[in-house]
Amino acid sequence: MTTEPALRVRGIRKNFGDHAALDGVDLDVADGEVVTIIGPSGSGKSTLIRCVHQLETIDSGAIHLDDELLGHERHRGTLRPLGARRVAAQRGRMSMVFQQFHLIPHFTVLRNITEAPVRVHGRSREEAETEARALLERVGLADRADHYPRQLSGGQQQRVAIARAVAARPRVMLFDEPTSALDPELVEEVLGVMRQLAADGMTMVVVTHEIAFAREVADRCVFMEAGRIVESGTPDEMLTNPRTARLRSFLSRHHDSRHDSGHRDPRHHDSHTTPQEPVT
Amino acid sequence: MAGPIPLTEIQSSADPRTDDVALSRRRVRPWRVVAGVVLAVVAVLLVHFLLTNPRLEWDVVAEYLLEPSVLSGLGTTVWLAVAATVVGAVVGAVLAAAQMSAFPPVRWAATLYIGVFRGIPPLVQLIFWFNLAYLLPRISIGIPFGPEFASWDANEVITPVTAAVIGLSLVESAYMAEIIRGGLLGVEQGQRDAARAMGFTPGQTFFRVVLPQAMRVIIPPGGSQFISVLKGTALVSVIAMADLLHSVQVVYNRTYEIVPMLIVACLWYLAVVTLFTVGQRWLERHFSRGHTTGGAVRRPKKTPDGASA
Repeated sequence: MTTEPALRVRGIRKNFGDHAALDGVDLDVADGEVVTIIGPSGSGKSTLIRCVHQLETIDSGAIHLDDELLGHERHRGTLRPLGARRVAAQRGRMSMVFQQFHLIPHFTVLRNITEAPVRVHGRSREEAETEARALLERVGLADRADHYPRQLSGGQQQRVAIARAVAARPRVMLFDEPTSALDPELVEEVLGVMRQLAADGMTMVVVTHEIAFAREVADRCVFMEAGRIVESGTPDEMLTNPRTARLRSFLSRHHDSRHDSGHRDPRHHDSHTTPQEPVT
Repeated sequence: MAGPIPLTEIQSSADPRTDDVALSRRRVRPWRVVAGVVLAVVAVLLVHFLLTNPRLEWDVVAEYLLEPSVLSGLGTTVWLAVAATVVGAVVGAVLAAAQMSAFPPVRWAATLYIGVFRGIPPLVQLIFWFNLAYLLPRISIGIPFGPEFASWDANEVITPVTAAVIGLSLVESAYMAEIIRGGLLGVEQGQRDAARAMGFTPGQTFFRVVLPQAMRVIIPPGGSQFISVLKGTALVSVIAMADLLHSVQVVYNRTYEIVPMLIVACLWYLAVVTLFTVGQRWLERHFSRGHTTGGAVRRPKKTPDGASA
């Protein structure tokens, strides 16, 4: 592999009205690297990966996947936006796992996984189904192939969503808080699947509130606040010895309210309704 | 302890430890008995009226029920309703998309169209279209203000058939646009995100992911809409189109058997609507697959053994 990063984000900005959701973000992700992004709600973590996957447009800066500019092309000496079909083709080279799973409700589990390989990547249905069944085996849901998503638990749906994302054979996988919508006891089964992917050498960018997980699987950890990257480094040095006061205060708030459980819904880490029962 | 007297002391006879609601008696509901008696009396009166009133002339009804002219009128009514619904659904879908356009003039045009064709009574519109030749004596295809490629005499083009199809379709499209728009708005944004994230083109996203989910919401009011168009076709009898109502009118204008002939028409309208309602239920079930958490829908090969944990 070359020394060029798989994914290169340079100086991107994104405004929602007057609010700067991303205020100049640079990020390189090397081939096979696992990058976790942490930070408070509204810091721009999700917006960043949604911009990378072109679910949102960016106002300035540039994103390259393997040196190919995303969303624009050079035309008569300037850049112009790509048409919808070309953008769709670029999106097909990455995958995204959503907080709310977003499986297609009227497709069976198997069809959810084979749909993109067949319709977008032009593979035969037989090949796609064989691969889908193998993936379901890997995520421990081989017997659920003919179920509909609503018949599965949240954790099972998210594992199907990960299988769907892997089936596209993506260059980079993006995870948008994949465990935040899950009941505490279902978090671990999803993290287990992600751990396995990371060990297999998948290039991953993971937005997460699971600090322990961020530390365990990441080659590099990034802390964002107010639309900027405040600190980044190896998870050990960064999470043990935060250099900035902001990361230090984020980490302490996180740990205080979560009782070091690692499994509490982190969206509520500011609330004072502390859990009645200890979670282990 | 102080406080309210325990129930056991009031109902001293029973031992609370042996209570079992399965042994309770049924509650008497007197108003149900009253409603049942009233309904029974009304039903008897109705049957008596239908069987004994000689002016209903059931023999005439039976004689004309399968009359070729009546069946041909029925056929006209059904194809007119189907044509208006199909054209209305397609145009309505375009209008729904136009109403959600990012380009304001397109939205305004769609809103104006819907406002006009929903706001004018269908009967007035039908007569208006039938008389289009007065407004546009010639209809031509060509470059605006430029050369013409083909042209026709409006009096020949606007027959009762074309006026009926155009009129009913325009009204129908305005209603269908609102129904379809409501269905599309009901599909959560996350589904569009997921489809786009999978690399689907806008067309694939719409037809494979969004529309099938919107159909669930569109079909019940869309079905009511088809029923009202089917009944609305009776209006075309005023422009002398040979629909079901017109075909029975032709008969009773000759024989003066007005009531039995109207009963013939009523029976056919009810039969078609009933048949259609059955089809609609089937469509609703088809598009609701995957939207119930119960047993394995339409795939009963395996049991969902504790699937919904």
